[in-house]
Amino acid sequence: MALDISSEVIGKSAHVTLSGELDSSTAPSVRQIVDKVLADSPINLILHLENLSFMASAGLRILIFAKQKAPDLKVYVVKPQETILETLRKTGFYSGVYVVDEAPVV
Amino acid sequence: MDIRVDYYPTHEQSGYKFRRGRPLPFGATTVPNGVNFSICSSAATACSLALFHKGEQEPFAEIPFPEEFRLGDVYSMIVFDLDYENLEYAFRIDGPWDPIVGHRFDKTKFLCDPYARVIAGRDVWLSKPNWDGKYQHRARLAFDDFDWENDKALEIPLEDLVIYEMHVRGFTAHPSSAVSYAGTYAAIRQKIPYLKELGINCIELLPIFEFDEWENNRIHPDTGELLINYWGYSTLGFFAPKAGYAATGKFGMQVDELKTLVKELHAAGIEVILDVVYNHTAEGDQRGPTISFRGIDNRKYYMLTPEGYYYNFSGTGNTFNCNHPVVRNLVLDSLRYWASEYHIDGFRFDLAAILGRDQNGAPLANPPLLEALANDPVLAKCKLIAEAWDAGGLYQVGSFPAYGRWAEWNGKYRDSVRKFIKSEPGLVPELANRIQGSPDLYFQRGPTATINFITCHDGFTLRDLVSYDYKHNYSNGENNNDGGNDNDSWNCGYEGETSNEEVNRLRLRLSKNALVLLMISRGVPMILMGDEIGRTQRGNNNAYCHDNDISWMDWTLVEKSNDLFRFSKQIIKFRHDHPVLRGRSYFYGRDYVESGLPDISFHGTQAWNCDYSPGSRCFSFLLSGKHAKDGTANDQDIYVGLNMYWDGLPFQLPEPSMGSQWRVAVNTGMQSPYDIYDSAEAPLLENQREVIIGARSIVVLIAS
Repeated sequence: MALDISSEVIGKSAHVTLSGELDSSTAPSVRQIVDKVLADSPINLILHLENLSFMASAGLRILIFAKQKAPDLKVYVVKPQETILETLRKTGFYSGVYVVDEAPVV
Repeated sequence: MDIRVDYYPTHEQSGYKFRRGRPLPFGATTVPNGVNFSICSSAATACSLALFHKGEQEPFAEIPFPEEFRLGDVYSMIVFDLDYENLEYAFRIDGPWDPIVGHRFDKTKFLCDPYARVIAGRDVWLSKPNWDGKYQHRARLAFDDFDWENDKALEIPLEDLVIYEMHVRGFTAHPSSAVSYAGTYAAIRQKIPYLKELGINCIELLPIFEFDEWENNRIHPDTGELLINYWGYSTLGFFAPKAGYAATGKFGMQVDELKTLVKELHAAGIEVILDVVYNHTAEGDQRGPTISFRGIDNRKYYMLTPEGYYYNFSGTGNTFNCNHPVVRNLVLDSLRYWASEYHIDGFRFDLAAILGRDQNGAPLANPPLLEALANDPVLAKCKLIAEAWDAGGLYQVGSFPAYGRWAEWNGKYRDSVRKFIKSEPGLVPELANRIQGSPDLYFQRGPTATINFITCHDGFTLRDLVSYDYKHNYSNGENNNDGGNDNDSWNCGYEGETSNEEVNRLRLRLSKNALVLLMISRGVPMILMGDEIGRTQRGNNNAYCHDNDISWMDWTLVEKSNDLFRFSKQIIKFRHDHPVLRGRSYFYGRDYVESGLPDISFHGTQAWNCDYSPGSRCFSFLLSGKHAKDGTANDQDIYVGLNMYWDGLPFQLPEPSMGSQWRVAVNTGMQSPYDIYDSAEAPLLENQREVIIGARSIVVLIAS
């Protein structure tokens, strides 16, 4: 399955944009990217998921990983599709992230 | 990443790289770049590891364990570069087929790992499985990376607990529950405010180890539908949570969902106790399916008769051989896993008397498993609660080997309180013991040894206890022959639901009496899901097979039974408000803090004179507030007058501590809202020398 990943760091915010499907085969590369942007000690991790159609548990684990590595990090999930939102709600990760319609201006 | 030399592959078979593994821990464990698989069998002649893509019938690889990978009875191997998320695995084991000596090896079967932490195959509740699948219950990997933040087990003292026994699915499956993802772990999270409002501080979940809800071959006599195993007392794997109880089970995320539930309950101050079933497995007797244990080491995992058949002390076909050293370690490993990985606060052991039987079924004086659990450092603060009997006739209430740790479901509390409530005579001496925490049973162990309950999942609900003389189990498909007949219930004059207001008022009053008795008794009270709102199972006292409104909690009752719900909340609060009710040791029957009153004294229609005679149906007792928590806490004096006679009676009152007067906290003979008051608002009793207690009613007074 295809996944496009792009990232940039603007000020204290790290932006990661994912489109396609985030499953166990594509998760390691996402994790590498998240690892890389966290090295700059951002305050916000902003995940743009508007065009992400699927996220397996491996994807959720990246969120946990980011939160554990940087406990004060604010994780924003921008415009997730309904299926991904559902997964976040059911597993309870919803309460650990900010789900927003637009990337916060920081 | 630096890879140590011992994590390099040494072998290769059709593209899959592997090496000798580590014998411990058993099961599947992730290691750098690979997964360590380990399993033991004392009589196997060969073993292979089968690897599957998620849900597929045929393995994509099968690797026989080379002989040099076996250490003792343990086969272990590390396989590299596997796709963890999509992996399912099984073992195939060769060995003798010789049932008379206990061997039932069958190398054609794919076997589930006894240590599997996730088991796929029944991922969505009651979705039709592939019955012809060669590998039905499929071991998967679990990950330990949950973000617990600062959470840990709450360690609430046992004597301060109020336990709520509930079924994960039944709690929210009813359409009236008004939650999303009804019937799941996720849905319970949405009902935490309700549990807080009720005032309980511990939930006890009916079995949540993976089981097969389709395991039942009986038919509903009216609808012709297949009945199911709704309760789940039939374990497939001792490490895997029930996937069908998770909204995310179809994504294999039940581990995360259950952990999130525990974490949020803890944040709300609510402990989680699991009802665990180690006395038997889902493999049944010799006619049952070979899922795991039977094909791995039948002779070790099960108690067998000299002819090689299965002992049946559990009433379900087989008996897990809990005091075999290997099996004992499996049980211990499982409990440690739930305590450490899921932050579980305690365990209630189904048919725990079996855990004290030796390998031939004889009761042991000093059962090694029970001793090991009681002394285990990881489990040191966990609650350990025994259902101290089994289906083989071993009844150990009061005599369960406790090692200073174990508490028991007090079946005698249930039986005598039920009889007392329905006005049977001659129970006063017994009740005097029960309300003190049953010192006649647990004198050496203290009142925290008794889990006091009147109803539980097994038997009538509280509403049905006062609405039915007889069980009504026709819909269970066994001609009403299943379920117990000794219910000590009373229908109050009409069998079943009625619009007769007098009957309904009496039922409500008796329900309140039951709740008062539970909450004022020393020991640990447990109430059954829905009893606080009058949940009925329409007289069914064995609803194990019903996934419908017989067994579900009807949330419209919160409104409809508002009177009882209010009373339940208030009486639970009353217990929390008064430490004198929650002592950790027994009463002495004397004044040891110079308060002017003994810690407990018994009375009746005459003060200082309790009628223990065979015809007596009433008594009262006074708890001295200055003796609360062995004299370390200061509480109000509490007087409880119990009149189960069918007429009102005057009770002459003992004087409370100097300078205080009696106030009415509870009077079940009055209608709401005059039946119960907050302790701070309890009205003064006009006549301080005497109180009239109505027919079949309880009055609780507090002194201030």
